Amino acid sequence: MKWGVIVFPGSNCDRDCAHVLANVLDQDVTLIWHGDTSLGELDAVVLPGGFSYGDYLRSGAIAQLSPIMHAVQEFARTGGLVMGICNGFQILLEAGLLPGAMLPNVGLSFICDDVCVKVENADTPFTRHYESGQVIRFPIAHAEGNYHTDPVTLAAVRANAQIVFRYCRADGTVTEQANPNGSLDNIAGLRNPAGNVLGLMPHPERCAEALLDNEDGQLLFRSMIDAVMTGQGKKQTAS
Amino acid sequence: MIRAKIHVTLKSGILDPQGRTIRQSLRTLGFAGVADVRVGKFLEIELNQDDPVEAEAQLKAMCETLLANTVIEEYQYELELHPSRHSS
Repeated sequence: MKWGVIVFPGSNCDRDCAHVLANVLDQDVTLIWHGDTSLGELDAVVLPGGFSYGDYLRSGAIAQLSPIMHAVQEFARTGGLVMGICNGFQILLEAGLLPGAMLPNVGLSFICDDVCVKVENADTPFTRHYESGQVIRFPIAHAEGNYHTDPVTLAAVRANAQIVFRYCRADGTVTEQANPNGSLDNIAGLRNPAGNVLGLMPHPERCAEALLDNEDGQLLFRSMIDAVMTGQGKKQTAS
Repeated sequence: MIRAKIHVTLKSGILDPQGRTIRQSLRTLGFAGVADVRVGKFLEIELNQDDPVEAEAQLKAMCETLLANTVIEEYQYELELHPSRHSS
């Protein structure tokens, strides 16, 4: 299937994503410059991690106004699979494709660590190869991953099963100590109500091959491939 | 010309880790009376126009769409009218 990885000025995980997709999963990948206005024919889009526009003003605030984002908005609106990783998640929030906003981590530190994350919802195009409740190990690397939203939105997010990943202990219990950044409700990953847009702070592309001693992230990409191949992607739903 | 001074701050009730840390540092320095510190952003924008009504409408739109994230932040602005520079 055809993937597009958006490259913003300051993206630094774009090539990692492209590497995993092309060399590990044998996918057709195109790097798409943020100044382009068209995505072309794609099945899925990745907004990669990094520091787009130097995180000026707020993380993702400038990137969400990039010319390519009109095409990403339209792609998402018509059911295309969109995944935002780390800075990509921040961009999706700023773009309004996902609800809420990111605050600086509690403790103010840039956190670069491996954390345990619980799969809260395995019934999504992004997580169908995981088990519900499964604990996976994901690397995180961010200064602003402290998810926040208002109580009404949080209630809606919970009711719609939009919380996909939550920070947890190794045994799967979701505790305050297991929350690295102060994120509301330990939220590590969130989808939109329609279910075709996912944002997550952890980096699945950094744990998707045996060489790195952790392949937990590979199942996320494989889930998306499976979803598109079995008809949950844009091409099939749009016709 | 109109110059706008804009303050963007975290909404009350939203934890401000920077402000909390600065408050603690000030107390460490001996400023025992510091009850709270909130950190925000200050922007100055110069607009090429003299109509305060139009300027305010533009500023509001700028704050809502880019300068502030209204999920977590609020904004205030004040306008200063400066005589236009006329080229002769």
